[in-house]
Order: sequence, then structure tokens, then C-alpha cells
Amino acid sequence: MNFFDHTRTQTRRHFFNHVAGGIETIALANLLALEGRTAERSVTDVNPLAPKQPHFAPKAKNVIFLFMAGAPSQIDLFDPKPALQKWHGQPLPESMTKDMKMAFIKPTATVMASPRKFAPCGQSGIELSDWLPQTRTIADEICVVRSMYSEAFNHHPGQALLMSGHTQLGRPTVGSWVGYGLGSESRNLPGFVVLSSGVGTSGGSSNWSSGFLPSTYQGVTFRSDGDPILYLSNPRGLSREMQRARLDAMRSLNEERYHKTGDIEIASRIASYELAFRMQAAAPELLDFSREPENIKEMYGVDREPTRPYAVNCLLARRMIERGVRFVMLAHSTWDDHVELKKGLKKNCDITDQPAAALVKDLKQRGLLDCTLVVWGGEFGRTPLAEMRRPEDDDYAGRDHHPNGFSMWLAGGGIRGGQVIGATDELGLTVAEEKVHVHDLQATLLHCLGLDHTRLTYHYLGRDFRLTDVAGNVVKKMLS
Amino acid sequence: MRTDNTKFTRVFLVLAALAVGGWPRSSLVAAEQAALPPALDRQVDYARDIEPIFRSHCYVCHGEQTQTNGLRLDRQDAAFRGGYSGPVIQPGESAESKLIQLVAGVRGDIVMPPGERLTRAQIGLLRAWIDQGARWEPSGNAVDFPRPSEKPKSRHWAFQAVQRPQAPPVRNASWAKNPVDAFVLARLEKEGIEPSHEAEKTTLARRVHLDLIGLPPTPEQVARFLADDRPSAYERLVDDLLDSEHYGEKWAKYWLDLARYADSDGYEVDWIRPHAWRYRHWVIEALNADMPFDQFTVEQIAGDLLPKATVDQRVATGFHRNTLTNREGGTKVDQFRFEQIVDRTNTVGTVWLALTVGCAQCHDHKYDPLTQKEYYELFAFFNTLMEINIDAPLAGEMGPYLGSRAEYLSRRNELLHQYEIPQLMNPWEDRLHYAARHPGEAAEWDINYERMLVEVDNGRKILAKPVDKRNFNEQASLVRFFLFNYAEVVPEGEFEKLKFEEVKKKLAALDTAYPTLSQAQTIVEDPEPPASHIHIRGDYYQPGIEVHPATPAFLHSMPGGGTPGRLALARWLVSPENPLTARVMVNRLWQELFGRGIVFTSEDFGTQGEKPTHPELLDWLAAEFVERGWSMKQMIKLMVMSATYRQSSDVAEDMLERDPDNILLARQVRLRLPAELVRDVTLSAGGLLNSGPVGGRSISPPQPKGLAELGHTAQFRESSGKDRYRRGVYVHFQRMVPYPFLMNFDAPNTLQSVCRRERSNTPLQALNLLNDPVLFEAAQGLAARVLLDGVQAFEERLDYAYRLCLSREPSRTEAENMEHYYRRQIRMLEGDASAAESLFPMDGIGSNRAEAAAWTGIASVLLNLDEFITRE
Repeated sequence: MNFFDHTRTQTRRHFFNHVAGGIETIALANLLALEGRTAERSVTDVNPLAPKQPHFAPKAKNVIFLFMAGAPSQIDLFDPKPALQKWHGQPLPESMTKDMKMAFIKPTATVMASPRKFAPCGQSGIELSDWLPQTRTIADEICVVRSMYSEAFNHHPGQALLMSGHTQLGRPTVGSWVGYGLGSESRNLPGFVVLSSGVGTSGGSSNWSSGFLPSTYQGVTFRSDGDPILYLSNPRGLSREMQRARLDAMRSLNEERYHKTGDIEIASRIASYELAFRMQAAAPELLDFSREPENIKEMYGVDREPTRPYAVNCLLARRMIERGVRFVMLAHSTWDDHVELKKGLKKNCDITDQPAAALVKDLKQRGLLDCTLVVWGGEFGRTPLAEMRRPEDDDYAGRDHHPNGFSMWLAGGGIRGGQVIGATDELGLTVAEEKVHVHDLQATLLHCLGLDHTRLTYHYLGRDFRLTDVAGNVVKKMLS
Repeated sequence: MRTDNTKFTRVFLVLAALAVGGWPRSSLVAAEQAALPPALDRQVDYARDIEPIFRSHCYVCHGEQTQTNGLRLDRQDAAFRGGYSGPVIQPGESAESKLIQLVAGVRGDIVMPPGERLTRAQIGLLRAWIDQGARWEPSGNAVDFPRPSEKPKSRHWAFQAVQRPQAPPVRNASWAKNPVDAFVLARLEKEGIEPSHEAEKTTLARRVHLDLIGLPPTPEQVARFLADDRPSAYERLVDDLLDSEHYGEKWAKYWLDLARYADSDGYEVDWIRPHAWRYRHWVIEALNADMPFDQFTVEQIAGDLLPKATVDQRVATGFHRNTLTNREGGTKVDQFRFEQIVDRTNTVGTVWLALTVGCAQCHDHKYDPLTQKEYYELFAFFNTLMEINIDAPLAGEMGPYLGSRAEYLSRRNELLHQYEIPQLMNPWEDRLHYAARHPGEAAEWDINYERMLVEVDNGRKILAKPVDKRNFNEQASLVRFFLFNYAEVVPEGEFEKLKFEEVKKKLAALDTAYPTLSQAQTIVEDPEPPASHIHIRGDYYQPGIEVHPATPAFLHSMPGGGTPGRLALARWLVSPENPLTARVMVNRLWQELFGRGIVFTSEDFGTQGEKPTHPELLDWLAAEFVERGWSMKQMIKLMVMSATYRQSSDVAEDMLERDPDNILLARQVRLRLPAELVRDVTLSAGGLLNSGPVGGRSISPPQPKGLAELGHTAQFRESSGKDRYRRGVYVHFQRMVPYPFLMNFDAPNTLQSVCRRERSNTPLQALNLLNDPVLFEAAQGLAARVLLDGVQAFEERLDYAYRLCLSREPSRTEAENMEHYYRRQIRMLEGDASAAESLFPMDGIGSNRAEAAAWTGIASVLLNLDEFITRE
């Protein structure tokens, strides 16, 4: 059965029978097992996140989304605009700025040229900022998109658009769409994991919500303090052996209830408990870096500041991909430099540049980059115009939100690295060539995974919803 | 989605642009003008030259049958009126006429007509016609189109008036306990299927308790029910439960899902809404009092407009306040207000009409007979409302407040003057006024002013009033904002000298020292309401023609002349002529009791929704609902008294095959409990539940550290003492970082109205139930209850534990399995005193610690069983 033919998922049972095509046979085997017809198979194989076939042959199997929440300044990092020098400290003519939508400043604000030094990097010669020294070393792996645009000019709506395809809250996010479309290869870990560093993101849990999809698909946050997954540890005093005994008892009782009621939901419940039990063992193993070689930890910057928190997450992301996790989101917040841009931007670059570059290199040396799509970017960019909340203090200057032309980069599975897509105009005010809307990015991301964004739909409120809303085109030029 | 759908979407988007233009400006720049084909240099005759073009290229979408985007070109008056965005023909100025710009394709991506384009010569003709004055003289040859008539009424089942059907005859008449069963049985007999036998009495007792009050029965209640062999025993039980004050707590929840109730604003800033609970309290009380649904509706939609509206009736309008508020810096308040009104319109559409009206925000509804204009006419009812928090004193608050108010006010005034706040505020306010009129002159003042608009409710209106015309709450909210944000516009050194930190502390101390009145979030009509417009493609920044409040033409008409208001809309919703509301509501009640509605898509009764499985039953129930004075309790009673409801939920393999979704209702269904009830039954079995006074404020149970920090603005205050053990319906819902237990068990995220919860089954639920300290406490509590009960033998203790959790005795094999587990635990715990002590920390209960710890294990197994968290 092609599960994309189904038009709705009405109950868990319906889901079980019709959606997860891949698990139907397993489920049947489990029923047989429950009825004692086969001794060896067990209900533990029931997995709502069992891998599913994509629409067509994929280039990538997994995604690592380096979510730079708060909107990094593309003008200081990826999109050099020397022409701004001429205007530095001056307002632009009204004809140039009258259609700009900004959050805080007015179109009459003065221009702030970037003090950063750009240089062509690698064979490809992509120009990157001196504050991204490590990213410069992977220039030939990455595809820099300088022509991103979005409609939203406030953070939360912008993040909602980037993650869920809509500025209104409540839609499923990209990670849950991917889980819904492809399932997960991991039998011991969640399919969609969220790692967070810095302060929380504007969107909070709405950035990894499953929206109207079943909650099976919601992102699971791995926490840096306490239990990595909520409630992963046993209650105090309860050993793993006792936990096993507890599960064995539940299982025998649940099986008896299954025989009495005939409700297959009980088989699913048993399977969930077994997966939980495996997760309890798998998560600590995942988090244990003791067997990672020193040079690898050094490469990411795991053991020193300021890279440590982000490096730990990047290394974890690689380890998750190795263990079959489908979608990892690494949220780093916040790049929202309305004030003191020099200080704030430098700080975030120092934290993230090395780990992010190391991740790409490490995936590559392990042969994982070909099947892993890495995306780097935020919900929008920052204005070429200055935000001067203390007019007398130049170091206090920042930049406002800029949805009309910003940059992101992609690398890995399905992406042709070492190229630049699109361009903004001379002053970076708006996209001049090869516009890439957030929906186009989403369509392209799904395409790399073998999913046609127009066919990955979920019937809800009387219509077939999709990640890209009613728009989005695959950006062919990005593809390898 | 199939690919043809995409194509449809694309064509649709193109169509959506026809006639609307949809651009912020309409004059062409010189380059664009040059691209227009020139006007033909000859006298043009409408009948000969123009009408044929319109006829062959435009009428299909803009003629008698269809008027896409409101434009109609086959009639003179309509053609000159234009479409949703306004006129498309400006006589004498062809280059400025949108009609020309669209057919020439000189703007944006849109060219009309879609498909084959007009030739340059045709465009030249149209230009010449417009330039010559656009005279409209139809030829005698032209087909004389009839006057526009009412659109033909839709034949969709849900839009037809409810006709009360007769209960059908059935062969096995003795099975039927009321007319509900006749409808169900007639269908089963047609299919040749026997209904299931009645559920065991223990199952029935647990089922009806969980369904009606959301709490499991005590062993004593079950025993009493089992012992009562009068024929009326079940009905007595049902009546008792419907009279219980816990009924309101259980049934409030599904309504609060619809009302997208939460305790915080949502979005990045996600401020706590300390008064939100008053609305929830109102819902619980209204349900307990069995307030008729028509009144329940009118008070929520327009309680403020009722003659002599009471405080409670105004509190009911808190329904509209549950929409999200975005206080992120840089938010444009007018744009966001528009989005709030859109949400209110869509929510009312979903909740009362089960229509996806929101689809028509951007374009005429693709499937249902709702035009975009009608959408904004509905929107217009809500566009005149204004949010306002009112003093809504609870019993006992008024006396102390009045007794001390004068003193409080004078001390507050003194304090503010001592720090020269009014003196500082005057020029600050003047400067804000100036910033509002002269944006772009000083960034810090622009930001300060716009932040004020975002953070102070009705800030613009308050600022516009002279100080002596503001009420206390208005002035206080401005003072508060000033104290917290003045720093933004004064140099740092200077600000320090003002000692605002001191003022804030002293003000806070003063506020805690004096009694206050509770408040409630409500709405009122705005004395200066903004005009309502169609918004092209749903975009706030692209207003089209002005519209006035009206209800959609395909539904029953609204009585009375003049411009109707919100109150008229509320009454229209519950008019007996409304084909939707009664059907929609009884379907929801049915869904709560049978796991799926008679119309499965309880949120969509439109043409894309599913058809009812038992249309006559639905209509009979709807008619009954109205006749019984819209009593929800009576309808619920009718349903739970039916034989259909009382059936066993066990399913045989052949029926599972034949009717996996239980559409035919030849059985009841097993339903995993909703999130809040999983919590309630667990705490209840552990003896921890504080089922105390019904209603009241929200509470926050302990949650793992670091969780609140995932949101942008961390704010979490754990409740203390007994409050932690209040029922799930009272758990504080922080939209951006909700209590994880609720989310794990599919509680809606409250960002939009939800009619139907998912019931997922995930490993995170397992971890939650197995290991969450709050729930493990319940296992310890349950173990203690069992050990303290007085019985000693393992079997007797197990029997009691089963009755506490599952309202039944264990089977022989269950007892054996539990005993095996018990012994296995004892072996593991012997010699590990510290583990045993952790598992059961209470002293002096049970004969030894290992035994007590092993009972904790048994208790936790019971609390994790599928059956325990399931209504069978």
C-alpha cells in the first residue's frame, strides 16, 4: 500500500492499519506472537516510527538543522556589500527603502557598512567573513544561499514560518513532517531530536511541535542538565533489573487484557514500553563521549570554552545520525543583535563556527555527509541599516530584522557544495537574483530526502495540509 | 495530496489575483506604462468590440454563475463597482485601470485571463474603450442576462434544516432502551450484525464514572452499584453523577479545547494571564448548572451586550480573550489585532458551525459556499470589539477593598509624587505623542512608543486620554510601563539618579499590603470601532472594499433591519432555524462518549467533511436537543442510558476486520483517557488527589528543572502543598512551555481551537508514567493504602489494589503473574535496604521494608497498565 494515498489518520488504530505501511506486517506478526502462534517474534517490534519508503530515491536520509535562532547578520557573515561604505552613516533615499518592513527602525535610519573582512575561500572562492574562520575551511562543501526571503519580520512568526511553513502557530514542524514521511531508522532513540544551546528560542516548543500530526512525531528535547530525556531515569532505588521485572509484569498483564478485549492498541502500548526501556539504555550510551578520540573532541572544541556547549551538541548530533535518528535540530539562540552587534555577533561566531565546521568535516570523513543534509540558518536576516538606540554610542549599534534578503547555507546529501545561489542588490536591501523563499527551502529539503512536498500531506480541517502551505518550489540549482 | 491538487492551487492563485490587483499602489511607473499595448486610435463600440471580449474571455469566472473575487463583468453596475479590491475600470484613464494592468500583465506575476492571453489588439480596444469614457451600451444582439438572483441554495446535507425523523422499526425491539438504539439497531439489522452484549457491571460503573465526572469510582461505590438490583440502579447512578460537581470539571475540558483556553499569552514573550482562570471557572459552573446551550452561547459571544449584563455574563466573554497575544518587540499592534480578529472569526466558525471559514480569509472558499466577502462580513461582527480587564470581585473581596481603598490610593499617590513620577511622566507622554506623529526622528523614542503599544493593552487609547479621564487601571498600566521602560530613553547615568528600582519595590510592597479585587478578561464594544474591509489574499496590508456585519447567504437569514451586532450574531447561531449548531453540538457530545462523532470530522460539517454515519440519528438528536431546551445534561443522559452506550467494548476478530473503526456501533470502544484524566485517575488511585473545591485558580505541579528555560522568557512558579495535587483541568497551561505530561498525552497546544484530540501511544508516555516522580509518589501512596487496609494475605491485598485501580477483581492468572513479580522483587530487594527505603520511604507500614517496596512495584505496575489509563 502506498501510504500517501490515504486521506486521513483518524485513530491510532487507523494509523496502525493504513499509515505506517511498513509496520503492518510487523503488527500482524505481533498479533500472532500474542496469540502464541510463533514463539520468537514479539510485540516489541511494533514501532509507529518504523522506516517508510520515500516518494523517490533520496539523496539524503537524515537532516541536521543548525537553527540559528534570532536572525544572524548575513551582511557581516555571508553577503559582502562593499557598496554600503559609500553610504555609511547616511540615510538612503526614500525610493530605496519605502517598501521595507522592519520591526523597530524606520526607513530613515542610517546605513551601517560591515566592518568585517571578506575573502574568497577554497577552490570555489565563496566570500566569507573573517569571523567564520572555520566555516571558511568548508567553503567547498557548502552551498551558500544569499537570496533567502520571508514575509515575517518578527521572531516568533518568522520561526513558525521557517519551521512549519506558516506564520500562525499550531502547524506541524519540519522535523515532524519528516518523521511522518519517513519514520526513523532508530529503534532505540526518538526519530526527531532537539538540542538547545544559549537562551531559549522565541518559538519554544512550537519550533518542534507535531501540530495536528499525532504527537508521535513531535521533537524530543535532549536536555543538557538532569535527565537528557524527560523521565529517562528510573525512580530512586529502582535498578535496571527491577525496571525489567516491572516491565515483564506489565507485559504479561497487558497481554492478558489484549486477549480479553481484542484491542490492538494494547500491543502498541506494550511496544512503547519496550522502546522506552531500550531508550533508557541507549541514551546514556549516546551521551557517553569517553570512547571518542581526543582529536575528534578537539576538532569540535568539546572540552573548552566558548565552544563547549555547541560542540557537545554537534558531536551528539553526529552520534545520533550514526544511530539512526532521522532529524536533529540544534537550536542556538540568540543572534538577535539589535544592540551591540559587534560584541554579540562575535560571541556567537566564536561559539558556533568551529563546532559547525567540524561537524561537516567529521561527517565527511566518516562517509556520512553524503546521506546527511546539514542546514545552517535563522528565521530572517538583519538590515544594512543601523539600529541606534544610543545615538551617541557607536559600539552600541545593532541591526534590525530583515526578511527581504538573507543568507543560509546547506551541505551534504543532495546538495552541490562550493556554490553560491542568488544575490541581493548592491546594498543588500532586497533579493535581486534567484529568489529563494522559505517555502522553497522546505521543498528542497524534502526533495533531498526523496519526498515530494506537494504529496506529503495530512488531511485536517477539510483540506490536505503540507509543510510548504500552498507554495514552494524545489531549487534545482542547489542539488547535486 | 494528489498532484492535480497542486495544479488546482496554482490556477487558483492566479484566479485569486484576477480583478483584485492586490497591490499597495495602483499607478504605474513610466517603464511599466511603456509596456502597455497602445490604445487603438478609433471609435470603439461596446456592443461590437468589448462585450465579445468579455464574453469569451472573462464571463467564465466573472459572469452570472461565478464572481471570482467579487468581480462581475456581464452587468454594468457590477462591472463599475469592481471587485474586492475596488474598481477595476476608471473611465478615461485606461493606464490607471486595473483591468488593463491585469490583462497586459504589467504587474507582479499575475496575468489575466489565465491560459490564453488577450492579444495586443484586444487590449488596445479595451484601452480605447476606457479612454473614450467606457460607455456601456449593450447591443440588441447581446443575450440579456437576468437580474442577479439569489445564489441557488446549497444541497449539502448539513446546510438543510433539521427535520425530526421517526425512530425506525426494528426486529429486536426489546434490545432498544430508547430511540437512540432504534436508529443504531436498524442499521445493524440491515447489515445482519448483532449488537454486543452489555458490558459487565464493574466495567459499566468505571466507564460511566470516567465519562461523566472523570474520576474512577471508589470500591464502595462499585460495591453499592453491584448490590443494587433494582432495574433503575444504573439510571440512579447516572443521575447521581450528572448531579456531581465534578461533572463540570470533566466536561469543561472539551469545551476549553474548543475555546483554546490557556494561562498565558503565547508567542515569544508568553506573559502569564493571571485572570484567565475566571473564564474556566465560569464554564465549570455553567456546565454544573446545566445552563442551556443557547444561553451558554449568547453569554460567551456577547454577554457584554445583554441588557443589564452581570459580571458573570461579562466574564463569559473571556471566550474571545483566549486568543493569543503577541508582545514581541517590533510587533505591529494593528496588524496583530487583525490576526486576533481572524482567529476569533475562525474559532466561532469552527465551534458553532463546524465550518472551515478560515479558508475564505484569503479567497472564496474552495469547497463550501462561502465567499471571501462573506468571510469579512462575519469578521466585521468581531472587528468592533475591544479587550478590557474588569474588576470582577469574588465573594468576600468587596468589603476589605472598599474599606481600605482610599488609604491605598492616597499612599500610592504620595509615593509616586515623592519620586516625581507624574512630573517625569508628563514630558515623557508628550514625547511619545511626538514620536507617534514623527516616526524615524529618534530610534529610541520610536521603539519606546511602539513597545508601549505592544505591552500596554489599549495603550494608544489610554495615551490619547487626558490623565484625569483615565481610570485607575488604565493609569496604573501606563505608570508600570513607564517605570520599567523609561530607562530606554534616558542616558544611563541620569536614570540611576531617579531610583526607579526603589519605587518599583515600594509600589509592589504597597500592592501586597492592601486588598485588591480579582479581575477578569472580557470584551466590550469599541466606542470608536475601526471600519472592516476585505483583505486581499488575507493580507492585513492590502485592504479592499469596505464591508459590514452580515451572515453568510447560504445559511438561514438573520431577522431585523439595520446593521446587526454581535448579540444578533449570537442569537442567530442558536436560532432553531440554524441547520448546524444543534447538529454540531450533539455530535460533539456523542464523540466524547463513543470516541468518534456520528460525523467523524467534528470540526468540519462542510462539503469536505465526512458524511454522518447515522444521519437520521444525528437529526433526531439535534431536534431533541432543541426541544429539550438545549439541555446538555439531558442529552448526555439520553446517550449514556442507551443500550448502544452500554455495550461491551471487547471486539471479536471478525468484527475488527469488518468494522475496524466501529462505524456501525456494534460495540463500545476502548479509549485511552485524555491527558488530564490520566493524571486524575493516577493521583486518585494513590490517594493523593485533591478534589477540593471545584473551580478556582490554576496550579503548577512540580516539573523538571530547566524546562521553563526552553521558552524565551522563563517563568515558572511551582505550587505548594495540596495545590500540587489538584485535578488536571486546573494545571497551568503555559503556551510556549506547557507541562510536559499534558503534551505527552495529546492535550492540544491551545494555539488554535481543537475539536478532536489525537490518542497517540508513545515511548515518552511510557517513560512519563514509569518514572515521573509525581506519578511514582502515587504508586507509593497506593502501596500504603493497600498495606494499611487491614487485610494481610497477598491475595486480599491484591484484590483491594485491583478494585482501587480497575474497579474489578484480578483474574486467577493475573494474580499469579503479580505474585510471581512480587517474589521476584523480594529476591532483588532482600539485602538492599537502601533501595527498599527509597522505593517506600514511609515507616511502620507493612511487616517489613522489602515487602512494602515490593508493593510499591505492584502499585506502579497497576498504574501503568493499559487498562488503567483506558476507559473500556
